[in-house]
Amino acid sequence: MRLEKRNTSSPAALLLAPIGAVLFTLLVASLLVLWAGAPIGRTYGLLLQGGFGSVFALSETLTRAIPLMLTGLAATVAFKARLFNIGAEGQLYVGALAAVAVGGLHDGTGLALPPAVLFVLMMLAAALAGALLLLGPALLKTRLGVDEVVTTLLLNFIVLLLVSLMLDGPMKDPTAMGWPQSVALMGELELSKLIAQTRVHTGLIWGVALAVGLWALLKYSVLGFDIRAVGANARAAEFSGVKVTRTVVLVAMLSGALAGLAGAIEVAGRTSYLTLDMSPGYGYSGIVIAMLAALHPLGVIAASVFVAGVLVGADSMSRAVGVPTYIADVIVAASLIAVLVATLLTQYKVRWK
Amino acid sequence: MTDTVLRLSHITKRFGALVANDDISLTLKRGEILALLGENGAGKSTLVSILFGHYTADAGQIEVFGQPLPAGDPKAALAAGIGMVHQHFTLADNLSVLENVMMGSESMWQPFTRHRAARERLQEVAQRFGLEVDAQAKVGSLSVGERQRVEILKALYRGARILILDEPTAVLTPQESEALFKVLAQMVAQGLSIIFISHKLAEVLRVSNRVAVLRSGKLVNEASAQGTTQGQLAQWMVGHAIEAPRRHEAGPIGEDVCVLQNVSSGSGRERLNQVSLTLRRGEIVAIAGVSGNGQVALAELLCGTRRAESGHVELLGKELPAAPAQLVELGVARIPEDRHAVGVIGDLPVWENAVSERLHSRSFSRGGWVRRKTARAYAQRVVDAFDVRGGGADSAARSLSGGNMQKLILGRALLHPETNAGAASGSASPTPPNLIIAHQPTWGLDIGAVSYVQAQLIAARDAGAAVLLISDDLDEVLTLGDRVAVMHGGSLTAALPAADWSRESIGLAMAGSASGSHT
Repeated sequence: MRLEKRNTSSPAALLLAPIGAVLFTLLVASLLVLWAGAPIGRTYGLLLQGGFGSVFALSETLTRAIPLMLTGLAATVAFKARLFNIGAEGQLYVGALAAVAVGGLHDGTGLALPPAVLFVLMMLAAALAGALLLLGPALLKTRLGVDEVVTTLLLNFIVLLLVSLMLDGPMKDPTAMGWPQSVALMGELELSKLIAQTRVHTGLIWGVALAVGLWALLKYSVLGFDIRAVGANARAAEFSGVKVTRTVVLVAMLSGALAGLAGAIEVAGRTSYLTLDMSPGYGYSGIVIAMLAALHPLGVIAASVFVAGVLVGADSMSRAVGVPTYIADVIVAASLIAVLVATLLTQYKVRWK
Repeated sequence: MTDTVLRLSHITKRFGALVANDDISLTLKRGEILALLGENGAGKSTLVSILFGHYTADAGQIEVFGQPLPAGDPKAALAAGIGMVHQHFTLADNLSVLENVMMGSESMWQPFTRHRAARERLQEVAQRFGLEVDAQAKVGSLSVGERQRVEILKALYRGARILILDEPTAVLTPQESEALFKVLAQMVAQGLSIIFISHKLAEVLRVSNRVAVLRSGKLVNEASAQGTTQGQLAQWMVGHAIEAPRRHEAGPIGEDVCVLQNVSSGSGRERLNQVSLTLRRGEIVAIAGVSGNGQVALAELLCGTRRAESGHVELLGKELPAAPAQLVELGVARIPEDRHAVGVIGDLPVWENAVSERLHSRSFSRGGWVRRKTARAYAQRVVDAFDVRGGGADSAARSLSGGNMQKLILGRALLHPETNAGAASGSASPTPPNLIIAHQPTWGLDIGAVSYVQAQLIAARDAGAAVLLISDDLDEVLTLGDRVAVMHGGSLTAALPAADWSRESIGLAMAGSASGSHT
C-alpha cells in the first residue's frame, strides 16, 4: 500500500472528508459505549444535552472553552511557523503566577494604583511571563539548533515545581487552612460574568477577539506573511528576504504570551486564586484544538467549543448512565485522528499495490 | 527474434487525469544502446520505474529474455537481469567500494560476509568491462566519475544484462563523459544491452544505436541514430520547430557593477577559495563547472544569504549587503538554483510569491500591513507579462509546472514594481535590474521555456544589466557567455572571452587541471 499525491482535490472528497471523520468518531465511541453496557442513543443524547442543551450547560461549555481557545491560539501561531511549542501548559501556569503576583500579593498594601491600571499591568505581566518562558527554547533552537519539543515539554515540569514552591512558600494564602493555594486576586481585578448566575465570564470576549486579531495578523500583515513563509519553507523564506530567526523569536513571544494570558484569564475569570490543579492539561489540549482547527485561528473558536462541550457533556452523561467520563477523551482523540486522516485523504489517494 | 532481450508491449500508466505513459511499445536488442529521449514530464522516468517494478502499469506487459516480468516487483526485475544506475547515486560514503557493491546482494542470515570471493568476482567484472576502481577505497573519497563507475559495477556484479542509465552525464565533465561512452561501447560489445536516458541531443546521437522519443506520454518516434539530425530530434521532442535564442555579441561594455576580490567563504563542497571576479554592465559572465564545486556558495554570496569570510565584495561601489531584501532594493535580480526549495514557497499562492522579495519595502506594505491591492495588481502584471500559465494568482505556487514557476521567479526579479503597467512588454522591463544572478536558470525546463529564459537574460544584458550565469550545462555556458570562467574546488579561473576557450580547455579546467592529468 502506498500514497499517491492527488493533483486536485475533488469537491466530493472535500465534502465527504469531514462527514467521514464524524462517522468514524461516532463509531469508535459507540463501540465503547456498547461495551460499557449503556444505550447508544440515550448516551449521545445526554452528552449533547449536557454540553449544549440548556443555558447552564452552554455556559459551562463556554467557560471551559475559554482557556482552550487561548492555548489553541498559542499552538496555532507557533505551529504555523513550525515552532513546536509543547510548553503551553507551563506558560499558562507562569502567566497565572504572574497575574497573582501583580494582582493579589499586595492586596491593600503594595501598589496603590487604580484597579484599571492594575488590571492592564496584571495582563501584561502574564503575557510577558509566558513569552519569556518560551523565549529560552526559541533562542536555543535558533542559535544552537536545540529541539524545541524537548525543551518546551520539559519546562512544563520545571514550572509546575516552581508553582508548587510558590504556593507552599511566598505566595501561600495564610487563610487557606494549609492547602497549597495562592492568595486571591483583588476583587476589582476579577472579570465580570457574561450571564448572571453562571460562571461564563468576559474572558470569552478576550478569546474571540484574540482569535480574530490573530487571523487578521496572519492574513493581512507582513509579519503574518513572514510567519506563514517560515513555516511553509524556511529556506525559501530566507532567500526572499524574511529574517527567519527574528520571525521565530517573535512567534515564540506571541505564542507564549497567548498561553500566559490563558492562565491570567483563568485566574481572573474563574478561580480568583491559583492552585496546582487549576489546569487539567489545557496546554496540551490546545495542541489538539489547533490541529482540529487545521491551524486556522477562527477554526480554533469552533474547535475549542466542541472539545469543551464534549468534556462538559460527558460529565453529566456519566452521572446518568454510568459510562466513564473518559469517553470524552476518546471522542476528542478519535476526532483528531479522523480529521488528520481525512485531510490526508483529500490530498492523497491510497493505492493498494 | 532470439536477440530481443526486452519487449515492452502497450504500456499505459495514468496518474489521475494525467496519462504518463500512453500505449508505449518498445524493444531492446542484444548488444544495443537505445536512447530514451524526451523533455521533463514526457514519461521517461515513469516508463523506467514501471520496468524496474517501482510502479505498476495500468495496462501492458513486459517480457525479459522471452519471459514475462511480474509487475511491481523490483526484486523480480533484478533477478531477470535489469540493472539501474540512478542519476543521484545510492552509495554509502563511509563504506568501501567492495562493501557498497556487496550491499544487498548477500543474505541477512549468513554469519560471515564472503569478502574474498566477492573481491575476486568484482575484479573479474571490472576487468571485463574496463571499469577499474580501487575496491578498498572509501566511496566518500572518490570523484563523481568514479562513484558512477561503482554504481555501474554494482549493477553488473548482480548479473545485470540490461542496464538503465538515468541522465548519466549530468554530473560529469566532458572528459569523464567520453570515458563513460568508451565503457558503454565495451559493454555492448560483450553482449549487454543499454537504455540511455537523456535530454541532450548531441550525446544521444553520439552514443546510441537507436533513439526512441517520448512526448507527453506517447512514443512519437523511433529512429536509427545514424542519419538522424539534432534538429529532427528536437522537433520530435517538442512537437514543433524550435528557434534557438539568437546569440549576438554584447554591445559596448559599461561600468563595473559588482567586484569580488579574493573572496573566501565556507568549507567542503560549498566553499569559495580566493575568488575574484568583475561583473560589468552589458555583459554576461558565465561560470562553468561540475556542480558541487562552490557554485552554490558563489550564488548564495551574491544573493545575500551568505557572508564573505575574507576578501571584499562591492556592489555599485559600496560593500555588498548580506541581506536579500536590501539587495533587491539595490536592483539585484536573483534566480536561485532550486526553484522548488528556494525560489518559491510552494504552499503560498502565486501572488504572494510574486511580491515576497519586496514585501518589506514600501512598494507593497505600509506600517506592517500588506497593500494587498497593489500587490495583487503587480502579481497580475508579472503573470501577464511573463506568460505564467496554470492556475491564477490565487493558486498555490506548487501547482505551477517547472517552466511556469521559473517564469514567475524571472518575472518578479526583472519587472520593477515602479514600472507603469503599460510599459511592461514582456521583454526587459524599462527599469532593468543592475545585476542578475542566474544559477542554473534553465535546469529541468522544456526546450520552449529554456529559450524563453535565455532570451530574457540576453534582453536584460542588452538593456544594460550585468549578468552572472552559473550553469553546469556547457552548451548553455558557451551559448550565452560573453566571458567564461570555470569553477573547481571553490576556485575560479580568470573570466576570459568565450572565444578564448575550447570545449577541451573548459573540460580540463572543470576537472581542476590545466595539464590534463586527472586528480
